[in-house]
Parts: sequence; structure tokens; C-alpha cells
Amino acid sequence: MKVIRDTGILFTRSMYHIFRSPDTILTVAITPVAIMLLFVYVFGGAIQTGEGNYVNYLLPGILLIAIASGISYTAVRLFSDVQTGFFQRMHSMPIARSSVLWGHVLTSLFSNALSVTLIVLVAFLMGFRPAAGVLQWLAVVGILALFTLALTWVAVIPGLCAKTAEGAGVFSYPLIFLPFISSAFVPTASMPTAVRIFAEHQPVTSIVDTVRSLLLSQPVGNGIWVALAWCLGIAAVAYFFAMRVYRRFF
Amino acid sequence: MTDTVIDVEALCKSFKTTKVLSGVDFQVQRGEIFALLGSNGAGKTTTIKILSTLLQPDSGSASVCGFDVVRDPKKVRECISLTGQFTAVDGLLTGRENLRMIARLRGVMDVNRTADTLLARFGLTTAANRRVNTYSGGMARRLDIAMSLVGTPAVLFLDEPTTGLDPEARLEVWQTVRDLAGGGTTILLTTQHLEEAEQLADKIAILHGGQLIAEGTLSELKKLFPPAKVEYIEKQPSLEEIFLAIVGGKVGK
Ligand SMILES: Nc1ncnc2c1ncn2[C@@H]1O[C@H](COP(=O)(O)OP(=O)(O)OP(=O)(O)O)[C@@H](O)[C@H]1O
Ligand SMILES: [Mg+2]
Repeated sequence: MKVIRDTGILFTRSMYHIFRSPDTILTVAITPVAIMLLFVYVFGGAIQTGEGNYVNYLLPGILLIAIASGISYTAVRLFSDVQTGFFQRMHSMPIARSSVLWGHVLTSLFSNALSVTLIVLVAFLMGFRPAAGVLQWLAVVGILALFTLALTWVAVIPGLCAKTAEGAGVFSYPLIFLPFISSAFVPTASMPTAVRIFAEHQPVTSIVDTVRSLLLSQPVGNGIWVALAWCLGIAAVAYFFAMRVYRRFF
Repeated sequence: MTDTVIDVEALCKSFKTTKVLSGVDFQVQRGEIFALLGSNGAGKTTTIKILSTLLQPDSGSASVCGFDVVRDPKKVRECISLTGQFTAVDGLLTGRENLRMIARLRGVMDVNRTADTLLARFGLTTAANRRVNTYSGGMARRLDIAMSLVGTPAVLFLDEPTTGLDPEARLEVWQTVRDLAGGGTTILLTTQHLEEAEQLADKIAILHGGQLIAEGTLSELKKLFPPAKVEYIEKQPSLEEIFLAIVGGKVGK
């Protein structure tokens, strides 16, 4: 099918971009790794999580932070294609239009997967010891991919509308902050009531808890459905608005 | 053989408060080179964007190769190619990779040969494996034009194609345009360089105040003005002739 072929060609093109500027992968990985080091070796001793190994507790939240910052590059790549007239060139050609966006979406999934893998490797060095079996690992990969996909469609919107490259990337800052007000670093039970209510009802907590349970091979309970619902819900809403913006501008 | 390839009728387009086109009509026949002239902001780019399906007109109609640009944009895109006013190349890819990408997207059979032929034609063979963001402005522009020729489209839109090119590259582009037209490609170009229109165009139209205020062949346009006075003056070489004489023969940097 034409959409698939054209998306493949444009995805290959973005892969050249990624491998020719690998700093985008490293930059995305470095901050979360630094946060992980800080929390494990500086604050970790004072944090009571009920889980003996703090790296095991912390890693899921760190991965979400990495993804939230990684998608800002997706927005910037899109912005640059709009800015340089690349979109215009594509749109005057006989190709499947949606492949222009899907090429970027696949690139986002792939580059975030690279950053996440890098961080997991560092976590292993720091003592991360998962107990997950193959199916649980697959579930973890699936949830993280879905989370990336959802945030990628969010990123498409500023990527298409922004006036400057900084403007395209800046929207991810609040997203990077969300894990800090969730169960990612400390159990929510230790928080003041108002903060706790927010923390327990925002998407990051359910996603972090589910990923953590899967990695440690503990029962996930209903949390996994809440996590999936958040990811799918955000993806659907963001996709709807992203396509509206896309049709309006192009 | 009269065979209308581009047909524009009563085309109107406004952006919020600015009325850009208010009733533009013209036809371009197969194999013709049609030059659209006009001052900055006259609406040349807007016209080209409408014809290449990037912009919707407010009213009027435009068709390319018999397909309406609003109702049948996909069919239109299959027979056109656009070199926009501003160079649109991928700076992180090499020249060859840019051409190969376009060739793949256009479903060209022999991707490598297509790329190599175009690189040679535009004097980019030695720069072929360098990233485009190391190219000079003129080199990037030549690559940009080369990318539009991939897959030999029936209609070519060139929006100020030779702006920023050195005289040799410009002559090269002119020759390419003539060759393409000779082979039956229909070409609509805009230019600020009036000599370009004189040299190349079969027909010239001047866009002003949202309408075409003059249209015809060069000799038809000349008839609109009083007959030329005959004056005898010593013919000095133009700077262009001097430049070409000095650097001549060194084509293809
Ligand atoms: N997207 C847009 N939004 C608002 N106004 C626009 C837009 N595009 C073009 N215009 C306006 O329409 C008018 C015509 O622009 P256009 O680019 O077609 O001119 P042009 O003849 O190509 O000029 P130039 O020789 O400078 O390239 C200008 O006044 C411009 O400001
Ligand atoms: Mg213009």
C-alpha cells in the first residue's frame, strides 16, 4: 500500500537524521540518568518505598521522564520540516499525505525506544534487578510504546503551529514535571492530602505503578486498565486535534 | 496542435484583509514556457501555490492536465512538480540521498541512475556525497531544481528558479528548461529577471493589482508600445558577457 511505502521512505530519511545527530538521543537520555543517579545515591537513602531496591522502584518514572523530554525533539523535527518547506514539497507530490506525519510518528517511537534502552542499561549497572518474564516485558514495552505514541500526537500539535523551534519544544516541560507529583519517586501515601489526590488521579501514577509491578513480577490489578485507558484516551484526543490542525494548515 | 494543459479562469484569492488575486485568467499550452511577471507581493507565488494544490482558491477555477485543482488534487499532483520560491532540500542528507528519496517517493524505476543523471546535469557530481547543509546557496538551489525534475513530470512550476544562481548556472537552468519544453513539458515560471522571460518564455503575462494587465508573446507585448527608436551606439560588452568570457569553460564546480 502506498501509505506504508511512503511512510517507510520518510521514516528511513528521519533515521539518517537521528544517526547523523546522535546527540538528540544522548541529550534525551542524559537528564533522566542524572536524575536517577541523584535520587538513588543522594536522596534514596532517606526515601522509604517498602521496596528494598530503590532503582527498581524508581526506573519506571525515569523512563516516563525520558519519553516526555524525547518527544520535544519530535515537535522540533516537525517544526523544521514545516519551516524549510519540506512539507510543502511533499504536499505537491503524488504521495500519500498522511505518510508525512506517520513518518515522524514512527521516528518518534524509534528514537524514544533508543533512549529508553540506554537508560535501562545504565539502570542495570546501578543495580536494577527485574523479575519480569517474557510476557511481562512485552507488556512493559507495549505500555511504554503506547505512552510514547500518545505524547507524540500531543507533540505534533506544537510542531505544526509553533512560530519558533524553542516554542515547538517547550510544551514538554510540564510533562517532564508530572512524574515528580506521582508515585514515581515516593509512594503517594506520604504526601499531603490535596497533593495526594492529584497524584493518585493523574496518568503518570497508574502507568508507573503498572510498569513497576510488571517489571517486579507483581500482580498489576485494575491499575493496568486505568493506565491503558489514559494512554489510549490521550492518544485519541491528541490525534483528533493534531489532524484538525494539520488539515487547517495544509 | 493546441492542447491546453493549464487553464485558469476568474481566479480569486484573499488572505484575511489583503485581496491578492481578483479574477485571473490564462491558458498554457502543452510544451509552452509561460512566464508570470509582477512586482513583489503581486501574487505570483500565490498563483503557483493554488495550481500546485497547496492553497485553495476562494473562487474561480483552475485545472492542470484537465484535472480541477480543488476537486481532483491527487490527479493534479501526479502530473506536476514544483520548485518553490525558497529552496526546500534536506540539509542533513547528501545531494544524492535527497534525489534518491524523491525518486523513491515518485516510484521511479532506476533510482540510482536517475539521481546520477540529474547530479551530472546540474554540476553536482563532485558534491553528491556531501551533506546539503555544506552546499552554497546556489548549489542547494540547483539541487532543489534537480529534485523537481525527478520522474519527468508533465508540468513544471518554477517559482523564481534562478534567483541566487551564478550566470553559468542560470544559463544551464535556461538550457534545461528549453530542453524540457522541447520534449513536451509545460513550464510555468515566475521571475524578477526580465531578461530571463525575454530569453525563455513563449508567452509572458504581467500580474498587477490582482489581475493580468498584459499577456502575449514578447513581440505582441512590444507592439503595445511605440515603435523603437533607431539609435546608433557603440556596442559595449555587458558585464554578463565579460563575466562569462573570464570564467567561461569552467562549468561544473
Ligand atoms: N499565508 C499568507 N497569509 C497572509 N498573507 C499572505 C500569505 N501568503 C501571501 N500573502 C500575501 O499575499 C500577497 C501576494 O504574495 P505572493 O507571495 O503571492 O507574492 P509574489 O508575487 O510571489 O511576490 P514576490 O515577488 O515577493 O515573491 C502579499 O501581499 C503577501 O503578503
Ligand atoms: Mg513569490
